[in-house]
Amino acid sequence: MLLLVVAVVLSATFGARDVGWPEIAAALGGRAETIGEAAVTSRLPRTLLAVLAGAALGLSGGVMQGLTRNPLADPGLLGVNAGATLAVVVGLAWFGIEDASLYIWTAILGAGLSAVAVYAIASLGRGGASPLRLALAGAVTTAALSSLTTAVVLPRGDIAGLVQSWIVGGVGGATSDQIVPVLPFLITGLVVTLLSARKLNLLALGDDTATGLGENVALARAMAAAGAVLLCGATTAVCGPIGFVGLVVPHACRLLVGSDYRWLLPASALGGAVLLTFADVFGRIVARPAELEVGIVTAFIGAPVFIWIVRRRKVGAL
Amino acid sequence: MSDPLLVIHDLMAGYGEGTVLEAINLTIPPGRNTAIVGANACGKSTLLRTLSRLLAPERGKVLLDGHSIHRLPARRLAQQLGLLPQSPIAPEGITVLDLVSRGRHPHQGPFARWSAADEAAVAEALEATATTDLAGRTVEALSGGQRQRVWIAMALAQQTNILLLDEPTTFLDINHQIEVLDLLTDLNRERGTTIVMVLHDLNLAARYADVLVAMAKGRVYGLGAPEEVLTEQMVQEVFGLESRIMEDPVTGKPMMIPLGRHV
Repeated sequence: MLLLVVAVVLSATFGARDVGWPEIAAALGGRAETIGEAAVTSRLPRTLLAVLAGAALGLSGGVMQGLTRNPLADPGLLGVNAGATLAVVVGLAWFGIEDASLYIWTAILGAGLSAVAVYAIASLGRGGASPLRLALAGAVTTAALSSLTTAVVLPRGDIAGLVQSWIVGGVGGATSDQIVPVLPFLITGLVVTLLSARKLNLLALGDDTATGLGENVALARAMAAAGAVLLCGATTAVCGPIGFVGLVVPHACRLLVGSDYRWLLPASALGGAVLLTFADVFGRIVARPAELEVGIVTAFIGAPVFIWIVRRRKVGAL
Repeated sequence: MSDPLLVIHDLMAGYGEGTVLEAINLTIPPGRNTAIVGANACGKSTLLRTLSRLLAPERGKVLLDGHSIHRLPARRLAQQLGLLPQSPIAPEGITVLDLVSRGRHPHQGPFARWSAADEAAVAEALEATATTDLAGRTVEALSGGQRQRVWIAMALAQQTNILLLDEPTTFLDINHQIEVLDLLTDLNRERGTTIVMVLHDLNLAARYADVLVAMAKGRVYGLGAPEEVLTEQMVQEVFGLESRIMEDPVTGKPMMIPLGRHV
């Protein structure tokens, strides 16, 4: 919690332009007269978006790891973000969607379809959706969807620039106009996923035991998955696909609060917000006066963690 | 509380194309300890899975006090019927106390708080399985026998009248097998819990169960006291094995001695 406050303050402070404390204070008070104050004002929505997107991604990663009992589950790795991306790009290129809420619905639809597809592919054949098969199915689907996305964008010079900066994944240039329409989706996703925490606790004991304890396993999975898809679909619609937050944060939180999802999910939301805000600040500092998109920064943090998780244990114990 | 009656009526079940169970009619004796025995792939695990609603029947019914268990609300059924599957999964880092507490799930509403009754049930389950001292340990740090006792404790915290167990002694050495079967016998005698377990070891089944159900090729071959069911003819017809049946000098129960080709 304290870390989040620090991250938010840093996010308002650092940027291409140095600003002093009085200017920050003035800007927080609503003034935007000097250039410094204006800079801070423009950083506020960006910071808010980093907090929201980070929380949503951390939360959906935790939920996905729980419902698949897979330590490698993450909206990026399972192809859910790629599905949302393709849907948005298709919407832009072929149907010319501009309305913000339509944009979000499109992303959620894409995220949902690819989540179902990946799970179905991984479940084919004997043995069901094991962690490794799920990770492989996710990787294959991500690759396929990304090529499709490129294929859709390439012949379209008019949208290529717009899509390119969006696809890296970032929170820069955010305005409150972008954030407001996505809020209802994020809030719904938050409520649904937090309500599914107890169901995830039971699913963690295996489907047979969960059924024996009176849980409808299929319904519990569908509910948790719907919440997770809502969160990462909506986030992708605004920020573009940001990877690895959903993978890294729940693992770090598990070390801190243990495996009880009633604690793990809120902790993952908080941790995701902290990580993404810090990553965004970091991206602004290292490449001054330009910026490094936050999606690139999280990939740099996330890839080593991914390798560490795989090496640390036999994949499959969750 | 009156003993619950679990009745299987004209049951047919299986996976996909293959029918594993054919026309099973069986009444589980209430308040007794029943062991299901049979050769590999005879349908004994499938029968237990159907009894515990993990598998839907293709035909026929499983009735609990006259109600089809496949129609009862899941939570209500779980208040009466507990299940310990063959290989349950313990999430990494979970403590014994946390695992056993999850057995209270069917007694809690969606927004209910942890109650004194929950607390008491968990403490009692730990006590009955002699795992109170392990409460703070993580499950993966335990021995196989301790771990199985912890899983039984979770099923006990569920406070059901019926407990179904799928091969609860598999993967345990003989010392821990006896420990687990003794524990189940205590539960049966002291609380009157109806126990139905799938067992591989005929001699342990004959020694610990009040009633043996022998299954062959998806049907009930025989049902009754171990003395009636465990016969040389049954072992021959169910397992295809020559054997001698003798009286166990310690318990007086029947004891099977297999005859291989090298006797």
